[in-house]
Amino acid sequence: AGLGAVKSDYSTMEEPNPLEHITSYNNYYEFGTGKDDPARNAHRLTTDGWQVEIAGLVDKPGTWTMDDILKGTTLEERIYRLRCVEGWSMIIPWVGFELSDLLNRVGVQPGAKYVAFETALRPDEMTGVGSRVIDWPYVEGLRLDEAMNPLTILATGLYDETIPNQNGAPIRLVVPWKYGFKSIKSIVRITLTEDEPPTSWNKTLPNEYGFYSNVNPNVDHPRWSQATERRIGGGLRAPRLPTLMFNGYGAQVADLYDGMDLSKYF
Amino acid sequence: MLLVIEAMNKALRRVPAWPLYPLGALPVLWLFWQGVQGGLGVDPAKAIEHRLGLWGLWLLIAGLAVTPLGRFAGLRLIKFRRAIGLLAFFYILTHLLVWLVLDVQIPAQIWADIVKRPYITIGMAAFVMMVPLALTSNNWSLRKLGPVRWRRLHRLTYILVPLGAVHFVMVVKGWQMEPFYYLGIVLVLLVLRLVPTAIPARRRALKS
Repeated sequence: AGLGAVKSDYSTMEEPNPLEHITSYNNYYEFGTGKDDPARNAHRLTTDGWQVEIAGLVDKPGTWTMDDILKGTTLEERIYRLRCVEGWSMIIPWVGFELSDLLNRVGVQPGAKYVAFETALRPDEMTGVGSRVIDWPYVEGLRLDEAMNPLTILATGLYDETIPNQNGAPIRLVVPWKYGFKSIKSIVRITLTEDEPPTSWNKTLPNEYGFYSNVNPNVDHPRWSQATERRIGGGLRAPRLPTLMFNGYGAQVADLYDGMDLSKYF
Repeated sequence: MLLVIEAMNKALRRVPAWPLYPLGALPVLWLFWQGVQGGLGVDPAKAIEHRLGLWGLWLLIAGLAVTPLGRFAGLRLIKFRRAIGLLAFFYILTHLLVWLVLDVQIPAQIWADIVKRPYITIGMAAFVMMVPLALTSNNWSLRKLGPVRWRRLHRLTYILVPLGAVHFVMVVKGWQMEPFYYLGIVLVLLVLRLVPTAIPARRRALKS
């Protein structure tokens, strides 16, 4: 039973990676730091009865069930490039809806400038949170205009089916022009704030991971170059491809950063 | 305990060192075979690179453990040490080649990485130090250099093995414990060399 997601003009024409790639090669440290750990361990996560708390500078704060969230939304298929900060990439056919839909429904108050997100923290189900690789729970954030951009979606599906746990079930963010870690998984809290919220990797290593973390081939990670990427699925001899500014989404998002020094706000 | 070690020493006396070379090469062949067959997941190049690095570090640690095991436990493994060291070199060389050919691929980028990225600089320095040690791991070189100079040269392991462990600490994301455990083991094995020899276990082992 497919989700019946409708096609979108925002989708890339590139050939998506097979489902097996997308579900067997994940960074989801709550389930372990190995790429294959989430596929092995994430089945423990119970997504039944999932609730998302929406709080902060909104007109209608409260707790939303997944049914509430999905009521009245049209699910779209968004085939996006995903560029990991580690230097690999995939093409992924997400199913979801624009974050701005939800934010408009809760009513963003004028003072709000940022959106903060938080991942579930369930030590009984998440086998990786026993070790303090980073400070749990995982948190992320966007500037409000980034959050309202039509490319920014909340994904609940993959390949027109319900999203698998290792990919961030039941609901995750997808921000295709930023490094993958910005696209926070298994969201339990969304908070509209006036101040820039803390973000997990920035807290862990501030000189390596900035708040913005836009895909940028001209600004290296201190430990490796970001100029090229290896597309997952090419086998042993997978060639390196040039990494595109804003992951190729510059036409839609470059003006968000007009006048900003992107090597300073990396 | 001592009886066990005695028995092991006796048994090991009859075991030749040369089979370690073909046996040690097998996991590398198996790894590449798995990579070609799709048994290493969707990013086989990285999987091979990481595993060769880890196994190389295991071998370096094993080589470093030979002397303390002899001194403190009386276990005589010295005749296997050359094979362990040369295998470690073979694993790290293959690790480096996989990084060059399958991972980075772009020659200009390789040099940029070596000079700009501290973890690569450190890994590279450790590898460069391994080269003269591998080249002199034969009887002819030992004779030519003489035992004193040979031993002095091979003290480079005391620098290069911890550098290899530091390289691992620096490459992972976030605060992962595994590389710190290896660095800890390396440091313990080095510190043990400063402990005086007159330890009862050794004396007893010598008497028997």
